[in-house]
Amino acid sequence: MLNVGKIEEGFVLDHIKAGKSLDIYDHLQLDKLDCTVAIIKNARSNKMAKKDILKVECDIDMLDLDVLAYIDHNITVNVIKNGKIVEKKELTLPGKIKNVIHCHNPRCITSIEQELPHIFYLADPKKEVYRCKYCDEKYVASAKWN
Amino acid sequence: MRHLMSPLDFTTEELDRLFDLANEIERNPDSYAHACDGKILATCFYEPSTRTRLSFESAMTRLGGRVMGFADAASSSATKGESVSDTIRVISCYADICAMRHPKEGAPMVAAEKSGIPVINAGDGGHHHPTQTLTDLLTIRSLKGRLGGFTIGLCGDLKFGRTVHSLINALVRYEDIRFTFISPEELRVPDYITDMLKEKNIPFKEVIRLENVMPELDLLYMTRVQKERFFNEEDYVRLKDFYILNAERMGLAKEDMLVLHPLPRVNEISVEVDDDPRAVYFRQAQYGVYVRMALILTLLGITSLSK
Repeated sequence: MLNVGKIEEGFVLDHIKAGKSLDIYDHLQLDKLDCTVAIIKNARSNKMAKKDILKVECDIDMLDLDVLAYIDHNITVNVIKNGKIVEKKELTLPGKIKNVIHCHNPRCITSIEQELPHIFYLADPKKEVYRCKYCDEKYVASAKWN
Repeated sequence: MRHLMSPLDFTTEELDRLFDLANEIERNPDSYAHACDGKILATCFYEPSTRTRLSFESAMTRLGGRVMGFADAASSSATKGESVSDTIRVISCYADICAMRHPKEGAPMVAAEKSGIPVINAGDGGHHHPTQTLTDLLTIRSLKGRLGGFTIGLCGDLKFGRTVHSLINALVRYEDIRFTFISPEELRVPDYITDMLKEKNIPFKEVIRLENVMPELDLLYMTRVQKERFFNEEDYVRLKDFYILNAERMGLAKEDMLVLHPLPRVNEISVEVDDDPRAVYFRQAQYGVYVRMALILTLLGITSLSK
């Protein structure tokens, strides 16, 4: 069993679907941060059999975690201060996501103007439906990893 | 600064004000002949749409303004690879308001985000065509005296018809509307629309034959049934005549029923119907100019008329 030490301040993202931690790493743009990040893949889990975990040692205001709710709202976000869990964050779907998913509608203006950001707004929170800001193409958040 | 991207951008109260202004222009066109003196409308049409473009040009010219622009992408700098964002930044230096038609969905919204002048979506692919919907609403309100309290039949291609979907979405905001959808099985109105109507408890029914429902309609919105929408020639030949409006079918309708059509018409309305006073599709084209005049004035914030 591999052991990864405790962090003093930052986040522990637990219950990530096995194999998806690197995608989360990319979406949170952790490569741009100059801090310690531990990526644990395929850890044993009673709940999920296998899971991924990300430990990020950083100022707790540094990360925008809204995007996680879109990617997978089953992820547990533990906020760590002075080596202890001070908060378990509830993930709520963000009202807007930018460059997280790409619009695949070939009739959308984003298909020909490459520099445009891919912006989606939350159209139906109950059904987790997002729509492209430009063409209204529909994407369902929960279908993302399936 | 206000733009017009979707038919639902304006509240029903704002639409009432817009339509009041359009009717005022209809009654007193001369009073508005110089309302836009010194103003320029840019018509940026990345795909040809002669009718819509001329309607905008007529509207601005009747307001005393001037018009410039291009009628297809080939005569614009899009062929050199210029982005919509860059084009609108430049157009903003030349004109006071822009009407943009583009084959790609959302292009006018991209323009609006970077524009220094109001942008009107004059049709973006199969997405929105808000000035057509405003035209339809103004025609109904002007000739029926109200928006609401009627049964409207929508006939023809209800599956792919952008104007039909926009009109339904605009009409559900008014009281006591009943929809009758008349189409072949292959071209039924999409589920998301019928689901929305069920959710809002708005009565609707779907039928295959036009003559069965003619007597109950207060309004009939005709659209074209295109051959290429059918899976096979046999079905097309069997069904196409169901969706042609002729004098005989008009004989089944109420005396004050109105027939609308976004135009161009091909053969879905027989020319014999044109002289029927209930056929208002050419008046609808006239209302298209009035509503665009009212829209230009509203977006430019012109409230007082020069003498």
